Amino acid sequence: MSTAPRKSRDTVDDAIAHPEREQPYAELGLKANEYERIKEILGRRPTSGELAMYSVMWSEHCSYKSSKVHLRQFGDKKPETDKLLVGIGENAGVVDIGQGWAVTFKVESHNHPSYVEPYQGAATGIGGIVRDIISMGARPVAVMDPLRFGAADHPDTRRVLPGVVAGIGGYGNCLGLPNIGGEVVFDPCYQGNPLVNALCLGTLRHEDIHLASAKGVGNLVVLYGAKTGGDGIGGASILASETFEDGGPAKRPAVQVGDPFMEKLLIECTLEVLHAGLVEGIQDLGAAGISCATSELASNGDGGMHVVLDKVPLRDHTLTPEEILMSESQERMAAVVTPANIDAFLDVCRKWDVDAAIIGEVTGTGRLVIEWQGEVIVDVPPRTVAHDGPVYERPIERPDWQDALIADAPSSLKRPASAEEVRATVLQLVGSPNLASKTWVTSQYDRYVLGNTVLAQPEDAGVVRVDEGSGLGVAISTDCNGRFAKLDPYNGAKLALAEAYRNVAATGAEPLAVTNCLNFGSPEDPAVMWQFSEAVRGLADACLELGTPVTGGNVSFYNQTGDVAIHPTPVVGVLGVIDDVEKRTAMALGREGDVVLVLGETRDEFAGSEWAHVVHGHLGGIPPEVDLAAERWLAQVLVAGSRSGLLSAAHDVSDAGIAQALVEMSLRGGVGATVTVPDGTDPFVLLLSESTARAVVTVSPSDVAALESLAGQHGVPVTRLGVVGAPGADLVVENVYGGTASWTLDELRATADATLPALFG
Amino acid sequence: MRVGVVTFPGSLDDRDAARAVRIAGGEAVALWHADADLHGVDAVVLPGGFSYGDYLRCGAIARFAPVMGELVKAAQGGLPVLGICNGFQILCESHLLPGALVRNDSLHFVCRDQRLRIESTSTAWTSSYEVGQEIVVPLKNGEGGYVADEATLDRLEGEGRVVARYLELNPNGSRRDIAGIANERGNVVGLMPHPEHAVEPLTGPTTDGLGFFTSILKGLVEA
Amino acid sequence: MARVVVDVMLKPEILDPQGKAVEGALGRLGLEGVTSVRQGKTFTVELDGEIDEERLAQVHELAGSLLSNPVIEDYVIREVTA
Repeated sequence: MSTAPRKSRDTVDDAIAHPEREQPYAELGLKANEYERIKEILGRRPTSGELAMYSVMWSEHCSYKSSKVHLRQFGDKKPETDKLLVGIGENAGVVDIGQGWAVTFKVESHNHPSYVEPYQGAATGIGGIVRDIISMGARPVAVMDPLRFGAADHPDTRRVLPGVVAGIGGYGNCLGLPNIGGEVVFDPCYQGNPLVNALCLGTLRHEDIHLASAKGVGNLVVLYGAKTGGDGIGGASILASETFEDGGPAKRPAVQVGDPFMEKLLIECTLEVLHAGLVEGIQDLGAAGISCATSELASNGDGGMHVVLDKVPLRDHTLTPEEILMSESQERMAAVVTPANIDAFLDVCRKWDVDAAIIGEVTGTGRLVIEWQGEVIVDVPPRTVAHDGPVYERPIERPDWQDALIADAPSSLKRPASAEEVRATVLQLVGSPNLASKTWVTSQYDRYVLGNTVLAQPEDAGVVRVDEGSGLGVAISTDCNGRFAKLDPYNGAKLALAEAYRNVAATGAEPLAVTNCLNFGSPEDPAVMWQFSEAVRGLADACLELGTPVTGGNVSFYNQTGDVAIHPTPVVGVLGVIDDVEKRTAMALGREGDVVLVLGETRDEFAGSEWAHVVHGHLGGIPPEVDLAAERWLAQVLVAGSRSGLLSAAHDVSDAGIAQALVEMSLRGGVGATVTVPDGTDPFVLLLSESTARAVVTVSPSDVAALESLAGQHGVPVTRLGVVGAPGADLVVENVYGGTASWTLDELRATADATLPALFG
Repeated sequence: MRVGVVTFPGSLDDRDAARAVRIAGGEAVALWHADADLHGVDAVVLPGGFSYGDYLRCGAIARFAPVMGELVKAAQGGLPVLGICNGFQILCESHLLPGALVRNDSLHFVCRDQRLRIESTSTAWTSSYEVGQEIVVPLKNGEGGYVADEATLDRLEGEGRVVARYLELNPNGSRRDIAGIANERGNVVGLMPHPEHAVEPLTGPTTDGLGFFTSILKGLVEA
Repeated sequence: MARVVVDVMLKPEILDPQGKAVEGALGRLGLEGVTSVRQGKTFTVELDGEIDEERLAQVHELAGSLLSNPVIEDYVIREVTA
């Protein structure tokens, strides 16, 4: 079950007396030089408990040892902003949204656990990110899940996807958090390496921000929540550090099982003790469990910590101290509480039926000391465990196949050349797994609970009301096109940010801040490391240019099977603020006779497009041009048009271009439109190109001049396409190679709705 | 008018139910599961959620909560009680309503905007509607299939105690498309869909759900 | 007709939130001394004809793959009635 040493005890005295003892550092994922460094730090060999702690905390997952040197750019290139109340490095960044309100948001991966056990892996992914948010003092108010799977018709996708979706629903629904968006993407590159990312959004008043630190000598360390069992022992280092090639089922450690009911109690209990002012410092227990919580709290504090491990409430009394230190049992938190407040703190825990135990206290020694059955088994400088782990400058090399990939442009692919061919192509795309309706997935999530969901999937961004009195709200969207990132990781990351930024603006919210979840292959492969470094550089540059700081994020490496890595997949989440959610712009076509226009410029850009992927199975060429200045201007038009009430609908143009945008807007509104391809414009390019910095909008006929004037002020090109039809009207495109392409809403809906149920039941 | 909203460990839609009461013009009073006291409220809503994680059976553990002893007595004495979703399950487990709720026939949790027909307006919670009126409110459940034996179903139909029925699509396999039922007196109503999520145009698909809450306030004023 | 009864339980080291909730409720309802509750599933599989070793082996295989999730659950065949 576990690769942890099953010795019952190895004290500091033993380590001094028996320096020669062989230790299984390699099995725990540590390299020889890392083991030597631990011995140097301690001036002796580590005890088995210390080895357990260093091994999990110095794992790639916890230490960011391969990514750290690159991630610094997010700080170095941070745009000037006064909106960031808490920056990178804490559990999650905190952003000022005005009126005394702040929000915190973060996205994290739970990729490998979700492949091993889809339901529990996905469920505990939600649990973990929610605890990150509550440990900042925020009330979680929404979740969303960017998901990526292998080919939709692959048998293993049929195993993984339903389990993941049920796990997200089972956990999130039971917590009472609306699921307001996310992504479901299929690509064979994710076969065997599905990406299960989870985002949580929390709200708080400025005065309620709490940080993870253990301050004040004599203060007590309380472990509360679920009891500790043998869940996912070694999970942090082994699940996240090895590819599946190495690990057959026998080597896989026990998975963690989530208890959303306990998590719900933990949320209410934690927010009550925080708001009552009963807590000095707080930290959730995630990967590396007690090892992580104690070392991080102590390292961030001003002293040391003394922990009596025997006090930890156990579910399984056969656990060794090393296993207790490494256990990843879910739904646990650690708090630092003054002796004066401890009774009140424990009373709140009792009120919520949450187990709590005082496991130690803050000391002034500067050391983290852990005892077990009266003997010291850990005595370390906490900073060396939590923050001063190894840092690597991994070799970077642009892969030799990159040039051939770029040279394979989509220009030679056969394009539709008649109205009938355009009609058939659009239908083929509408029913393809990536574009088809995701209702089969999203109907398993509660989007209504809490009663503040203003927009949810399939809208461009999720929008939630934060203040019921003033109508202040936030919008949030995550995006990434892994195909673009494969063709050009630098610009692919910029494109991911641009799309999320545009989605947020399309609802009328002003984009403010960024989080990310960087999913890549093995950092030990110089080609993957090149993709990673390029993507980070691109994202940092783009955040600087758009003025949206990165508030935090997560890196997931080793998403590969054998030598084959997934497409580089830097998932980017953008958060925006909207002063009055009543003003938000939705995507549905509505009023008959409203004028349909496209903002932005359409170029002949099909590399990495959905059309090339679905129709030709092609990936090659140079992805669409990134023009962040144009994105910024477009966003300003969308936000201003929303505030002034000018726009009756807006929808970002991305996958499968204007055609797909019009289809989605028509289906959402239950009404089509009649549009005309302008003379001199190639209909195929207009309808299916994936040029960036574009949106389809509608305005009443009397407002067209006002919109043109607004767009003109910002230098955004406007093209008039047509008008919204009567309720139930077809979607019609005229002037298509001398003919007309039209679709009834019924056939579009039937095509879009059939795909996922046919695949997944 | 004071309408109590009970919070059990794992209740989720308690804030929403309280908001709906306020929007309808009433005063929402928070009631706590461990407090065996109804604090003199004029009516009670048992909100949706996953009380005690819905482990064992939905509502099975909640029915033994201290507040439920008082509530069952008061309901038998005529106190208006509305159980929504998990609240409906608790009312069935408490035997204030007949039948039970089982896992959806699709085996999936389902969240959708559901069309309903109001079948009875002679309950404390539906007097604001017209018989036959069609409404759209959110539905979200994993175990929402209403089941009872044929005799019970016949009696519910015969006595006009089917309060609402699913239209267009039966989302969970409920017998005879039943979405909600009442007790003999009509003061206790259980409903699987969520009217409290359809009280504001901004956040709900409609405001059709408001009628449940205005009904009770109107009834209390008239009483 | 043959009958095979299969019990499926979470592995001992795996958290059982359902059992834990029931454990709490039993205590609140006055049952003293409850130290643990684990909740599992029982499958009663009825088969036409005789059950021989080959069919039993098939049942074992399916109990270990379909009826249980070997990552988190164990199964036992409690009863075989020919």
